[in-house]
Amino acid sequence: MNRLKNWREIPIGGTITNTPTSLEYKTGSWRALKPILNREKCVKCLLCWVYCPEPAIYRHEDNSVEIDYNFCKGCGICENVCPTKAITMVREGE
Amino acid sequence: MVKRIGLNGDEAVALAVKQVNVDVIAAYPITPQTIIVERLSEYVNNGELNAEFVPVESEHSALSTVVGAALTGARVFTATASQGLALMYEILWIASSLRLPIVMAIANRAFSAPINIHCSHDDAMAARDTGWIELFSENVQEAYDLTLQAFMMTENDNVMLPAIVNLDGFILSHSLADLYVFDDHEVAKLVRDERPIYKMPIDFKSPVTYGPLGLYDYYMEIKKQQAVAMRESYTYIKNVFEKYTELSNRKYSPVKTYGIEDAEIVVMALGSMAGNLRSIAKSLRKKGKKVGVVSLTLYRPFPQDIIIDVLKNVNVVVVMDRFPNFGSPGGPLFKDVAASLYHLKNRPLLLNIIYGLGGRETSPKEIKNIFERALEISKKGVVEEKEIWVGVRE
Repeated sequence: MNRLKNWREIPIGGTITNTPTSLEYKTGSWRALKPILNREKCVKCLLCWVYCPEPAIYRHEDNSVEIDYNFCKGCGICENVCPTKAITMVREGE
Repeated sequence: MVKRIGLNGDEAVALAVKQVNVDVIAAYPITPQTIIVERLSEYVNNGELNAEFVPVESEHSALSTVVGAALTGARVFTATASQGLALMYEILWIASSLRLPIVMAIANRAFSAPINIHCSHDDAMAARDTGWIELFSENVQEAYDLTLQAFMMTENDNVMLPAIVNLDGFILSHSLADLYVFDDHEVAKLVRDERPIYKMPIDFKSPVTYGPLGLYDYYMEIKKQQAVAMRESYTYIKNVFEKYTELSNRKYSPVKTYGIEDAEIVVMALGSMAGNLRSIAKSLRKKGKKVGVVSLTLYRPFPQDIIIDVLKNVNVVVVMDRFPNFGSPGGPLFKDVAASLYHLKNRPLLLNIIYGLGGRETSPKEIKNIFERALEISKKGVVEEKEIWVGVRE
């Protein structure tokens, strides 16, 4: 995240001119539970990729997936939909 | 060429709006403002005004439409009163926070209930803290002049804040009066010709986000910026008054005074009451009573420096509010005046008058009694009853 601007530096009305700024907002810091992917159990069904509301799960060419921890809020939907239990939620910091 | 014609207050506002050549008008009819938008729709329909007239389904949509139009860089106008203003309320804050040059006329009318179509300053006071510049006209001439000046103020690059022109419902909105008006080409010289008017208009080639989310990390900076803009607009507003005074030969300034050079007591009011006050003050001064009148053309930003200056040597200030006081230490104008004078070492005594609600007439005799009560307070040096409702049946 860039240094926060003071009131003199913000365009009038708080208009954002350097769009998009959503990529700068790392919502991963909100997370209490962290999804851990076990690649050995993953069958590349892509259900987690479909269901991730953020979306913070990326799909590679070979249909393997990757979790972007910068944006994952730790909701646990991926763990819930995974048919092979390849995703486990663990408490952050453990 | 200056022309002298006869119009009512609403028609005078509509004429000014036509003459500045607005691009977009969105409004919903509501008494006593209806004539303004009726005239404007006629101007558009008969080809006298090349503007988009959007007949919306509510006042909430009316203000939302002009917010959007202002963002494109258009010159915009809307008008309302009473419940219509109440329905616009959330958009008032958005318009000012986005720093949009919008001009709105309010033909002041009391809030329901009970339903009433006549004058109170309820709508003007509901808008007073929303970040809009607020002007009060005393007569039909001022309704015309202040509408023109509102565009000059709000479109200044250093201001970029929306502005409200208040005119007392029916008393001014529907009263036929003679007034001096400019020719169209002279008005064209008062306001800017080029577009866009808004500093950062919608541009598909370089997209921006208007009205984004601003939480604890940015909200406070944006409010500070807005508060500073409002405070600093005061200088530019005064410049507009000066420039317009020069061009029109009609004196405009944030505050109007009468008899304050030697006044022992002063009575204050907003809107059409000011003329009545001066008329009574004149007759009292002829009898040697040292009375004065102070009225505000500019209500927001509040001209605190001038108020302090003109009232600092007065014994008693009577502040008249056309607004009911429900459990507050005083009416809105009273509180503004009291807060302004608080830092003086020798403060005048203050009396608050509530008057004229819902169009209730305040007679010359009642006004004379107000002045006399103030003179009595000045003699005694004590205010016994701090708030008096004038003209109410006890």
